[in-house]
Amino acid sequence: MLRPSDSVIVVVVGRFMAPFVQIFALYVIAHGHYSPGGGFQGGAMLGASVLLLRLCVGERLSHRMFPSGLGVPLSSLGVLVFAGVGLVALAGGGAYLDYAALPIAGMAPAALRSLGILLVETGVGIGVMATFIGLFDLLARDHESE
Amino acid sequence: MKAISVLLMATFGVLVILAVNELPPRGEPQAPASRSVSAAGSPVAATYYILNALKDADTPNMVTVVLADYRGYDTLGELTVIFCAGLAVLLLLRIPKNASSVR
Repeated sequence: MLRPSDSVIVVVVGRFMAPFVQIFALYVIAHGHYSPGGGFQGGAMLGASVLLLRLCVGERLSHRMFPSGLGVPLSSLGVLVFAGVGLVALAGGGAYLDYAALPIAGMAPAALRSLGILLVETGVGIGVMATFIGLFDLLARDHESE
Repeated sequence: MKAISVLLMATFGVLVILAVNELPPRGEPQAPASRSVSAAGSPVAATYYILNALKDADTPNMVTVVLADYRGYDTLGELTVIFCAGLAVLLLLRIPKNASSVR
């Protein structure tokens, strides 16, 4: 079990920084259409912000934000979101991962593709973030206390 | 043995530097990477992406369009690789709670 850091400075700065890192990570994911960035980068930053909290305020508090048990389910969910968008497009009458065939009425094919890219990048972000945190929790686990 | 490896390193280093000198300059229109028709006479996919990414997907960042749309399969595979690697490490490192006496 990771304990909170002994230094007040580390705890306060970590708690202060984490929300900003998370906001910027969401921006990197959502703004991937217009600037460098996307699911992989944003997901890595989201994961890193949780690792920052794990290291600064300890596991007991940071597990309230992201429980250790969520790692595997959420990384599976990320892959499933990506694959699911492809299957929905398949059900909509197009090829697999052909976002223009997503069955949403009243949207131009180009707008649908834009939406599909966003959905897919969100899935990538969730998957990368959860894999990061899951691996960290696994390696940081203390076998003595179990 | 060490002399051989140093000699091999130096040889390949010189070869790489010589090869880099032969590369066309950045942005050279006649370079194979920049041409719209390959040396074999077939159209190059990159030209289509550059001309149509904004029109097709309403997204100015054509790298994103190539990654997530034109090459969506590839990105799905990448995510699956990360997921599988994480899962494999998890299965390898997971030690049952009552296995401490074995170690």
